[in-house]
Amino acid sequence: MTSETLITTFYVFVLAAFLGYQVISRVPPLLHTPLMSATNAISGISLVGSLVTAGMHQSTVSAILGLIAVTCATINVVGGFVITDRMLKMFKRKPSSAPKEAKK
Amino acid sequence: MRTFFTEFSYLLASACFILGLRGMSHPETARRGMRLAQLGMLMAVLGTLVQREIVSYEWIIAGLLLGSTIGLAMGIWVPMTAMPQRTALSHAFGALAAALVGISEYYLHGAKLGRFIMGAIGFEVLFGSLTTTGSLVAFAKLQGLMPGVPLVYKGQNIFNLSLLAVTVGCFIWLLTNPGATPVFYLMLVLAFVFGILLVLPIGAADMPVVISLLNSYAGLASAATGFAISNKVLIIAGTLDGGSGFILSIVMCKAMNRSITNVLFGAFGSISETATATEAGDMREASAEDIGVQLAYARQVVFVPGYGMATAQAQHALRELANVLEEKGVTVKYAIHPVAGRMPGHMNVLLAEANVPYSQLYELEHINPEFPATDVVVVVGANDVVNPDARDNAKSPIAGMPILEVDRAKSVIVLKRGRGKGFSGLENPLFFKPNCKMLYGDAKDSLTHLVQATHKA
Repeated sequence: MTSETLITTFYVFVLAAFLGYQVISRVPPLLHTPLMSATNAISGISLVGSLVTAGMHQSTVSAILGLIAVTCATINVVGGFVITDRMLKMFKRKPSSAPKEAKK
Repeated sequence: MRTFFTEFSYLLASACFILGLRGMSHPETARRGMRLAQLGMLMAVLGTLVQREIVSYEWIIAGLLLGSTIGLAMGIWVPMTAMPQRTALSHAFGALAAALVGISEYYLHGAKLGRFIMGAIGFEVLFGSLTTTGSLVAFAKLQGLMPGVPLVYKGQNIFNLSLLAVTVGCFIWLLTNPGATPVFYLMLVLAFVFGILLVLPIGAADMPVVISLLNSYAGLASAATGFAISNKVLIIAGTLDGGSGFILSIVMCKAMNRSITNVLFGAFGSISETATATEAGDMREASAEDIGVQLAYARQVVFVPGYGMATAQAQHALRELANVLEEKGVTVKYAIHPVAGRMPGHMNVLLAEANVPYSQLYELEHINPEFPATDVVVVVGANDVVNPDARDNAKSPIAGMPILEVDRAKSVIVLKRGRGKGFSGLENPLFFKPNCKMLYGDAKDSLTHLVQATHKA
């Protein structure tokens, strides 16, 4: 890695950190649980790294490590997005006309 | 052309992620935001699959299918009350994926790695593996597979810190000498062990901080992966996740008036009554009938939910009681303490599940001025967050923690499983105050009784 790419990478990191701070500090405490599951799903982006590891076909060991990594990351992406949506669907400003009560 | 396509898809994905999280600033834009983030993820995956490095697809397809099945199943069937456990588990998965990619990179390239890449892989594997085992321990504690009390022994902090020092030592060694394979695997094992030891001494009541912190580590592990394979979308998404976890940990720590170091090394909850004065006086019990009358003729009632509501799955019964009261013209509000429950925002999600509109959910600083004008406060399975000792007793272990000042209300009803103390093991002087009455029993049963009693009143 040349020192130029190195600096670019750090640029990206530092700017993302500032931007992340700005965006995330605006999330109200009301949505902190969905926020956590959403960032979890998004950080499942390590899937793209895992995909390369699983598909490079350089050695069986790394292919197996890649397979496990792809599985774990996919669980987070799929599960994370599904759960986040399930939670967000429930947040309503006004009481809905037909409240679902728990049946005993 | 292919590289351009890949890079471009990453750029779009990064923008989608940022805009998606931006949507989270309001409940009404949040779902749209998340759909944007999903789109971003899809683009990034497609962009990756056309890359030239990928020559075979069977492992990829197997992993994607397996992961989607498990993820979908978990996503659909996990109950809302189990959200803290699920979150802890998903931190473990995310961190493990990052760690494995790092291990594979090292396995393939080892001694040929430059110092910078070695550093990135080192960080990735360190954070990845300690977060994996740490999150699994947190999961076990939250799921009740392990006792929720802090596990402490003599010299624990010294032992843990020396272990960490040795692990970091291995890391520094690798920086100057990337070919030292045994040192790499030693570091890996030590990091796994350190993750377990880090979370063992932390009690269940401190889980909101720990979960947030592990969230932050999992994100940093992903960001380090980005550095290692020089992939910018990974750096951006990982940093967003890491930053979000970090901000949440700080919010949680502030809500408990403690520092992160204190949470990690303080073994809170192990301290017995030494610091609390034993209260004089009695706790007064009240019958559901009496309370029902009191509630029915109140002008304003504020509910304070806590972890007890989650364990008893009482959110629907609570909502039912609120419905009855609203029909009788009582104003109903809910007071949410930031650390009520086991993860940030835990109570909000449970109440939303029970169809409570979020316009009735009030944060600490907005509801506290309202307590003196409140006729009845009903505390449902919360304890430390309403403990007036935090305000009045400078010697209390929770001194200075912001609390919901329910003792200023005209009358307080505490629904509690039994006479025992809360998770922190602290005596709560609120229960002995003249304006406070207790109703013992499972929160869900008690609330159901109250619904009937209020109906009749």
